[in-house]
Amino acid sequence: MDNNQKKYNRRDIIKTLATVPVLGAFAYGLSEKLQYREEQTYRIADDLGLNLYDDPDPVSSGSDRVIRIGIIGSGIRGRQLLEAAGFAHPDVLKDWASSAERNSDDTRFQDYLSQDDLQIEITAVCDIFDIHADYALLASANAKKGIAKDSLNIKAKRYQNYRDLINASDVDAVIIATPDHWHAQMAMDAAKAGKHIYVEKGLTRTVEEAYALRNVIKQSNVVLQLGHQGRQTASFRKAKQLIDKNILGKISLIEVCTNRNDPNGAWVYPIHPDANPQTVDWKQFIEPTNAHPFSLERFFRWRCWWDYGTGLGGDLLTHEYDAINQVLGLGIPHSAVASGGVYFFKDGREVPDVYHAVFEYPERDLTFMYSASLANDNYRGKVIMGHDATMRMENRLEIFPDRGSTQYRKQLEAGLIRPEEAMITYEPGRNTVDAYTSATEKYFASRGLLYTHVKGKRVNTAHLHIKEWLECIRMNRQPSCNIDQAFEEAITAHMATIAYREDRKVFWDAEKEQVI
Amino acid sequence: MATKSNFNPKQLSFLAVLRVLMGWYFLYEGIVKFLDPNWSSYAYLMNSHGLLKNVWLALAENASLLKAVDFLNTWGLIAIGLGLILGCLSKVASLSGVILVLLYYVSYPPTVASQNFHLTSDHVLWVDKNLIFAVVLMVLYFVPTSQFIGFDRLLFKHKNSING
Repeated sequence: MDNNQKKYNRRDIIKTLATVPVLGAFAYGLSEKLQYREEQTYRIADDLGLNLYDDPDPVSSGSDRVIRIGIIGSGIRGRQLLEAAGFAHPDVLKDWASSAERNSDDTRFQDYLSQDDLQIEITAVCDIFDIHADYALLASANAKKGIAKDSLNIKAKRYQNYRDLINASDVDAVIIATPDHWHAQMAMDAAKAGKHIYVEKGLTRTVEEAYALRNVIKQSNVVLQLGHQGRQTASFRKAKQLIDKNILGKISLIEVCTNRNDPNGAWVYPIHPDANPQTVDWKQFIEPTNAHPFSLERFFRWRCWWDYGTGLGGDLLTHEYDAINQVLGLGIPHSAVASGGVYFFKDGREVPDVYHAVFEYPERDLTFMYSASLANDNYRGKVIMGHDATMRMENRLEIFPDRGSTQYRKQLEAGLIRPEEAMITYEPGRNTVDAYTSATEKYFASRGLLYTHVKGKRVNTAHLHIKEWLECIRMNRQPSCNIDQAFEEAITAHMATIAYREDRKVFWDAEKEQVI
Repeated sequence: MATKSNFNPKQLSFLAVLRVLMGWYFLYEGIVKFLDPNWSSYAYLMNSHGLLKNVWLALAENASLLKAVDFLNTWGLIAIGLGLILGCLSKVASLSGVILVLLYYVSYPPTVASQNFHLTSDHVLWVDKNLIFAVVLMVLYFVPTSQFIGFDRLLFKHKNSING
């Protein structure tokens, strides 16, 4: 080494190290840059002491007790719930798998495969349309998530009448996904038989049914979960945390909406070619409601008639209401008015396709408004308006400071926050990926609302909602959308329906618990 | 390895300056990613519309592969940057840089149809920053100024002396 070192003259050393000072300049520039950025970045979330990405651990019983499920009603929603519970029909999986091969953006198949095993068996199926029942039987045998029909060994039993399913000894709990006019009776019968209940929204078709069902459930020991899967949406939970910290200031107006513009979205569902009086038990279909001659239209598109449902009120207002009720604990409003009409789908339906309801909460000093059109797809989100800020609440939360805010006046005057820019954005799943490029934001924003994120993983919210129900059964606890929340949902929606149908303002007497 | 250059001192000096500036650019790109705990190549890979789209999607969708990509990209940029600035193994650094920016180029090729504005505000057609960088780095590869100004001067002299 000594010999080598002697070969280096001063000129060599200088030329070798000539560019080293550049690194010094780089380090200096970098530290200046970081300091400048720190000074310029104002994070109001930090200022307000918010920890935006503190994902709670999901409810877990730690028990692997298998729960035996009977499904009543396996039409469109029933099938979706079977999929969410881990029992997709092989044909569906085949479709998803081949679609994923063609389009790598389609992650339904992969998402489904990575869904947790809920430790359940589907032991019973009841549908009054044979084709739907057969479909559910095949799905019930596909616990292994296969795509081949032939190899499936069907163990579940089909019941013609739901009462027999409820009383079966190998059924611990039921999923009710029938038309609304059957919800209350089935749920009451199930509760009386000691069977736990997952029932689709809207809870009931009438006010009276809501009272009766609540009484029966309260007197039983069963766990009831109403099917508002939005209860599992991470951003709604976060919205509650933020609002509880008074980030929005005094809230005086809430606006929620539904806009859809296709026949399917207006309940003009396809009529199955094999449906006829031999394959459909019409007598059972109309049992709890007004009699009507056999009608395939009414059987498949039941949401369009008051005999079976409550139109936009029961189907979509309830989702929007429950999302807000979850966040703000609104409860039942003091009063409701509603208006609208059958303006586009003049197909013989009774329920309006354009519909608006306004609910007053004088004790909370706020108005809750719902507005819907089934003939226009213009996007309108959920907007919670406070004196200090406005929150837009979807899978992604955005909070915009208000120009006239008192709470944020100093920050607004200093230009640290601006009314036209979100001062707080929460996007579940975002903490695991690129946080800054707009491309990511676009990528996630373009995604539907069927999914939420748990610890950065994308999950079907209906899956989480059923899972919560099952874990609550195992722990004998109340789930997030229990009978109290369900009752509030039902009465609120019914008040608007009555207001529309009777063309009057409807009031809630909270003391007597009466709609007047 | 030539130890004498056909370039005059001014030409060599400015080529060395070019090398250092390229190094600075790479180093800063790498350091920024290193310092940002939320940075990930996820969105970049997911939104790629170029030749290797499917490869990138597969990488992005696999958490451990994505981590590896992030690690290689960040430390690759830093290593290339340091190599070019210090003139240390700068032929290797130049060539690695060429490969890296060409990967960027094919991921977001500035074709007639492409709309790159969602990632950069550049207006480009066929030729973009990445392509120019690749060519500049090839020039630096063929003119290894580091053997005159930089650590390679010492490294290669050392090597020569061992050989000699």
